[in-house]
Amino acid sequence: MNTQDQHHRGLLRPRLVAAAGAAALTLTAGLATPLNPAPHQAQAKENKKVLTVAVAQSVDSLSPFLASRLVSTSIHRLMYEYLTNYDPADNHAIPGLATKWEPSADKLTWTYTIRSNSKWSDGQQATAEDAAWTFNKMMTDEGAATANGSFVGNFKKVTAPSATKLVIELKKPQATMAALDVPIVPKHVWEKVGDFTKFNNDKQFPIVGNGPFILTDYKPDSYVRLKPNKSFWRGAPKFDELVFKYYKDGDAAVAALQKGEVSFVSGLTPAQSTALKSQQNIKVNDAPGRRFYALATNPGAQAKNGKKFGDGAESLLDQKVRQALFLAIDRKTLIDKVFQGHAVEGEGYIPPRFSTYFWKPEASQQLTYDPARAAKLLDEAGYKKNGDGKRVEKNGKPINYRVLCHATDPNDKAVGQYLKEWYGKLGIGVTLNCLDNVTDPWLAGTYDLAFDGWSVNPDPDFVLSIHTCGALPATPKDTGATDNFICDKKYDELYDQQLAEYDTAKRADIVKQMESRLYDTGYMNVMAYPNAVEAYRTDQIKSIETMPKAAGNIYGQDGYWSWWSAVPAGSSGESSDSSSSTGVIIGIVAGVLVLAGIGAFFAMRRRSTAEDRE
Amino acid sequence: MTAEATPSLVEATDGPAQAGPSVRGPRARTRTAYLRYVAGKLGGAAVSLLAVLVTSFFLFRLIPGDPVKYMTGGRQVSAEQLANYRKEFGLDLPMWEQFTDYCGKALTGDLGTSYQFRAPVIDKITEALPNTLLLTGTAFVLYTALGIFIGTRSAWRNGGLSDRVNTGLALTLYSIPSFWLGLLLIIVFSVGMGPIPGLFPTGGMESGGNEGFAYVMDVAHHLILPVVTLVAVEYGQTLLVTRSALLDEMGSDYLTTARAKGLRDDLVRRRHAVPNALLPTVTLIFINLGRTVAGVILVETVFSWPGLGGLFYQALSVPDLPLVQGLFFVFAAAVIVMNTLADLIYPLLDPRVGR
Repeated sequence: MNTQDQHHRGLLRPRLVAAAGAAALTLTAGLATPLNPAPHQAQAKENKKVLTVAVAQSVDSLSPFLASRLVSTSIHRLMYEYLTNYDPADNHAIPGLATKWEPSADKLTWTYTIRSNSKWSDGQQATAEDAAWTFNKMMTDEGAATANGSFVGNFKKVTAPSATKLVIELKKPQATMAALDVPIVPKHVWEKVGDFTKFNNDKQFPIVGNGPFILTDYKPDSYVRLKPNKSFWRGAPKFDELVFKYYKDGDAAVAALQKGEVSFVSGLTPAQSTALKSQQNIKVNDAPGRRFYALATNPGAQAKNGKKFGDGAESLLDQKVRQALFLAIDRKTLIDKVFQGHAVEGEGYIPPRFSTYFWKPEASQQLTYDPARAAKLLDEAGYKKNGDGKRVEKNGKPINYRVLCHATDPNDKAVGQYLKEWYGKLGIGVTLNCLDNVTDPWLAGTYDLAFDGWSVNPDPDFVLSIHTCGALPATPKDTGATDNFICDKKYDELYDQQLAEYDTAKRADIVKQMESRLYDTGYMNVMAYPNAVEAYRTDQIKSIETMPKAAGNIYGQDGYWSWWSAVPAGSSGESSDSSSSTGVIIGIVAGVLVLAGIGAFFAMRRRSTAEDRE
Repeated sequence: MTAEATPSLVEATDGPAQAGPSVRGPRARTRTAYLRYVAGKLGGAAVSLLAVLVTSFFLFRLIPGDPVKYMTGGRQVSAEQLANYRKEFGLDLPMWEQFTDYCGKALTGDLGTSYQFRAPVIDKITEALPNTLLLTGTAFVLYTALGIFIGTRSAWRNGGLSDRVNTGLALTLYSIPSFWLGLLLIIVFSVGMGPIPGLFPTGGMESGGNEGFAYVMDVAHHLILPVVTLVAVEYGQTLLVTRSALLDEMGSDYLTTARAKGLRDDLVRRRHAVPNALLPTVTLIFINLGRTVAGVILVETVFSWPGLGGLFYQALSVPDLPLVQGLFFVFAAAVIVMNTLADLIYPLLDPRVGR
C-alpha cells in the first residue's frame, strides 16, 4: 500500500490544483468582462445606431448562385441590386438596377435600360455587362444555375449592346420578366471564381456589392454584419450598422428583445406575442402572411409517361367527395382555436396581401362549413353509411384517410385532431401520419390527404406552375416539380395563357380563373393564411416600413424596404446602459466572493500541507 | 460503439498475475504484459474505428427523406436542376459505388462536401469544434473538480447534514432538464428579474467587433451562463460515483492502520482512501471526456452556441449525409480514443490491471 500511496500523491495533487486553477481562471475572466470591455463598448457605440435582428436559420451560402434559404436570399437582397424590385405598397414591379423594361412586338425580346447611377462598393460602375455576364454564367455553367437556374430556363440569348442596355431573347413568351429575382453580381469580381459549386463568397470582406448595405463580416451561426452603402442610388440606410444575430431558441430571442440586446424578432408563437404585447417599448406586428395553409388531396399520383403509382384512396378521385371534405371543415374554429387569431380564413389559392391576384369564390361556388351538405354530397356520390355508421369505399372497406402531417409543426397536429372529429361525424375515419420528414411518402404518393403550404411571391407564376401536368415527374422513379400530382387540362390551358399575357390586368384575370378552377376541383383545400408575427423595440427603431405598407411583414420581404427604411430612435440603448453599470457592480461583488472562496480553499490546502511537512 | 463505451473494468478485479515458468525477472515480465495489453487495446480501438466508418455510411441512409427535395423545398426549381443536384451529390450512383467512393475518400482524410453548406465537411467540423470544446471542456473541468471535491467530503461525512444537503442538491440539479435550467438562467441573469440586473448576454459566443484581449473577455462573458448550466446539471454524476466508491473503501483495514499510525483524518482521506476509490471516477472522467466532443445540443441551442451539437442537428434534418457521417465518425472516434486512453491509464493507477 505504501508505494501506491506515494504514487497517487504525485498524481492527484497536480490534477486538483490544475482543475481549481482552471476554475479560478474562468471565473476571473468572466468577472473581468463587465469590468473591462463594457464601458469601452458603451463609449464606442454611444453614437452608433445598430439595428440588430435575431435570426435562427443558418446561412447556407453567401454566394447568390448557391443560396436558397430565406435568411441568405434576404441578405442578398441587401447586398446586390436585382433588375427590378417590388413596390412596398402593392407589390407591383418597380425599377431596380433597370430603370425601364419593354418587350418587343413578337413578345420574344425584352430590352432593359440599366441605370447609370449605381456603383459597386469598390468604386466601379455597375453596367448592363454585369447583368449579361450573371445571366450567361447561369445559362452555361450548371454550378452557377444551382439556386436560380429556373429563371433562365426559357432564355435563348442575353447580350449587353451598351453599358446601359440589356437585351434578353426568349424561347417562348414569358410574362414574369419583371420578376427575375436574381442578384446581379459584379463581373470583374466573379469572373475569377473557378468552381461555382464550391465558392461560398465568405472569405473576403467587405463583399463587393451595390445594394443598400455592404456585408462586412460573417461568422457562421454567430452573426452577419452589414454597413450602409452611403452611395446607394435610392439613398443610404439610416442605421449605422445592421447585424443579424443568431438565436437558435425562440424563447431566448424573445428574452434578448426584452433586454434590448436585439431590436427585432420574427416568427413569434401566439404565447410569445401575447406576453410581448403588454411590454413597454415593444411593438408587436401581427402581419398578414404570404403563406397559405392547405389540406392537399392525392388526386391519384401519376407520372408524365402516364404511369400511375402510389396508393391514394379511390373515393378521392370523385370531385363530390373532395368538395364534401371542404364543406366539413369549420375554418373559423381553426383560426380561433389553432392559430389563436393569428391567421385569416382561407379560400382562394393566393393570400389577400397580393391584392392584384387575390381571388374569392362566388357565392354560387362557395364551399363554406356545412356538414349536412357534405353528408348529402357523399350520399350522392354513392359513398353511403353502412350499419356501423361508417361510409365505405366502392370495394366495401370503410373509408379511412391517411393524413400526412409534419411532426415539427404543432398546427398540423392540432388541425388533425379537428379533422378526426369533423370527418368522423361524416362517417369517415382519419389516421394522422405525423413524420419528421414527409418527403418519402409524399413523393411516392402513398397518402390520401396532406398538410401543405407555400410562401407566395409577388409574381404567382411559380405557385401556379407546381399544379400543371408539366411539373409531374417524367417517370414514377423521378422527382418532378409538382406539388401533389394535380394534372388538369383546363387549368393547364389557363396557365399557358397567363404566362404569355404581358398585360398585368388581363393576366391577373386569367390567374383568378385558374384559382377558381383549382377551388372547384377540390384538390387544394386552403384553410388559412397564417400571419407573420414579429416584434421590435420602439426605443431602438423609431419607424420601419412593412410590406404591404398598410399592413405587412418586416422580415423576409420581397425587397429591402424594412431595413433600408428603418429610422433609429433617439434614445437607443439607454436602458441597457444603466442596467449594465449596475451589472458591473454586482458582477464585481459576485466575482470577489467566488475568488475569496477559491482563495480560502487554496489557503486551507497549503496550511494542511505545511502541517504535513512539519 | 456501445460495446466500447465502458472500459473493461472486469480486469481490475483480476487477481495478481500467475507466476509463469519464465526465467526473466518480474519487472521484465510486467513490462511485456503491459505491452501486450496496450497492443490489444490499440488493436481493438482500430477495429472499432473501422466499424464506425462503415456503420456511419449505412446508418444514415436509413433516415427517411430526400436531401435534394428538402434543399429545394419551397422554391422554384426545374426538373433539370433536381437532376443536377443528384449528380453533384453523387446520389444518382448505385449504393455500392457511393460506398466505395466514400470509403476511399475517408481513408485519405476527405470526409466529402456538405450538401447544404457546399463546404468541405472537415472545414465545417473544424470551424465548430473549438467552440464546442471551449464550452464542454471548461464545464468538464469544473464539474469534475466540483464532483470529486464534494463527493469525497460527502462520503467522509456520510449521513451528516452536509452530505444529505449536497447529495440532495446534486440529485435535484442532475434531474433538471438542461434547456429549462438554461432558459431560467437567461431570464433571471441575462434579462434581469426584480432586483437582479441583466448581468450576462442572452446568447451567442461573442458580441462581434472585438479583438485581442477584449475578444477573450467577451467570449468569457458569454461562456459563463452555459458553463454554469452544464456544471449544475453534470456535477452530480461525478459526485455520486466518487461518493459511493469512497464509501466502499471506508470500512477497509488499511484506513484503520493509517489512523493508528496517528495520521490526521484529512490525510487519511486524501492520501489513502481517495486514491484507492478513484478508479470508477476515472472511468467516468474519460467517458465524459469522450462526450465533450459531441457537444450538448440542448444547451448549445438555448444559448445559441455555435458548436457541433447544433451542427449535427442541422445535418440530420436534411439529411446532409456527408456532414452527418463526418460528425458521427468524429463523435464516435472521440469516445473510442478516450476509452482507449482510459484503458491504457488503468494499469498505471492500479498495477493489478493488465497483468
